[in-house]
Amino acid sequence: MKKFAKVISLVLALVLVLSLAASATADGFRTLDEVKASGKLVIGLFSDKKPFGYIDENGEYQGYDVYLAKRLAADLGVELEAVSVDAPNRIEFLQSNKVDIILANFTYTAERAEQVDFALPYMKVALGVVSPDAALITDVEQLKGKKLIVSKGTTAETFFEKEYPEVELVKFDSYTEAYIALLDGRGDALSTDNTEVLAWAIENPGFSVGIESLGSLDSINPAVTKGNETLLAWINEEIEKLGEENFFHADYEATLRETYGENADADSLVVEGGKIE
Amino acid sequence: MQDLGISILFKGINFQRLLGGLWVTLRIALITIGLSAAFGLLFGLLMLSKNKIAKGFCRVWLEIVRFMPQLVLLYLVYFGFARIFSLDLSGETSAIAMFTFWGTAEMGDLIRGALTSIPRHQRESAAALGLTPAQIYLHVLIPQTVRRLLPQAINLSTRIIKTTALVKMINVTEVLKVGQQIIGQFYRQPDAAFWVYFTVFLLYFIVCWPISVLAGRLEKRWA
Repeated sequence: MKKFAKVISLVLALVLVLSLAASATADGFRTLDEVKASGKLVIGLFSDKKPFGYIDENGEYQGYDVYLAKRLAADLGVELEAVSVDAPNRIEFLQSNKVDIILANFTYTAERAEQVDFALPYMKVALGVVSPDAALITDVEQLKGKKLIVSKGTTAETFFEKEYPEVELVKFDSYTEAYIALLDGRGDALSTDNTEVLAWAIENPGFSVGIESLGSLDSINPAVTKGNETLLAWINEEIEKLGEENFFHADYEATLRETYGENADADSLVVEGGKIE
Repeated sequence: MQDLGISILFKGINFQRLLGGLWVTLRIALITIGLSAAFGLLFGLLMLSKNKIAKGFCRVWLEIVRFMPQLVLLYLVYFGFARIFSLDLSGETSAIAMFTFWGTAEMGDLIRGALTSIPRHQRESAAALGLTPAQIYLHVLIPQTVRRLLPQAINLSTRIIKTTALVKMINVTEVLKVGQQIIGQFYRQPDAAFWVYFTVFLLYFIVCWPISVLAGRLEKRWA
């Protein structure tokens, strides 16, 4: 009984510490002026997600996100300090002010927007549909009465069930199985994130992405600590300004073209000036 | 594209980076083990003291270490301290602090166990011979304790080395993180992961195996 009481009090103490941690809203972020004065901009990047953020064989950060990070630091006239982040701890890095900005293929969601402040988007992700060249599907209407391969639990599955119930879905547990099924001809086409199918079609001759952008768009945005208005405003201004010189198309050519191939349309991914049409 | 296999490890400075990552792993582990041994001795003695407050304090510390996942503790030190106290520790400092917090308690408990495993009559006989408490520790208890302790302490050390893999979550690029970054360069090559993880496995093995062999030998010799 004594031991039980001890454990309980310990747990309560920990809960207290953790709730303090949660309630202590980060006021310790660095404003735009503080970043300038310090001479370096700290940006959280992926270090193992080619082609968006990765470290190449020479130990250098590369990728679509990194290209933008380098430009932001250069335009601010400061040095870039890259911090390697992983998908599950991106928000944590911002809330504890370990980084000024997260540029790690961060998809906007309403839930996340309560915890961090998103700037204007610089990329978008939608669904894509890949099919054999011999019977290329270029319009979603062509899918009616045909078999479409999807992976369970993906946005593609929910999208087609809701919007196009007349399309027959063939579902698989993993991406690998789904792609093999398409190769085996167990379906007429396959749908998942357009970034995925575009890259896959390059690797598999005889298949093309007939529909590059379908469904509701998810946007990829930079994010700052909640309340860091000066930095947020500057990033937004910067993204609008970069749009005028078609910066993100240049970014695409430099970092993504190799992955998505010559025939892919940059406009199915790239967002210029923060405006998604 | 498909014939690369193991060659991906030697592209550019990939292999140097892996070794650099291994050094980070070892640096954190070695500093931690040294500090844990020193503090652990104090901790062990404190656990055996008659002072109730000291004992309770050690007990709570040990329970926290036992039932909190190490990753949670790491997050608490790295992110939590920055949020609550605006104490911005680097990833490596946080890692050493957390692992020492963990190692001290575990090592202390091992020391306590080893000390109490020495039969009571040894202490009593030594006292009967007129040895002072300090002499009893120095000449009778500590030499025997060390023998009983060493295999377990070495076991704890290899556990610490392996658990440092967690620090990749707080922006420390140790050997496993470097490995994942290399896999990331070749994400469309299915066997990249195999070769890289196999190499990381070998590196851990090369480090931990001699330690384990040493523990086995000492155990045999002193048994």
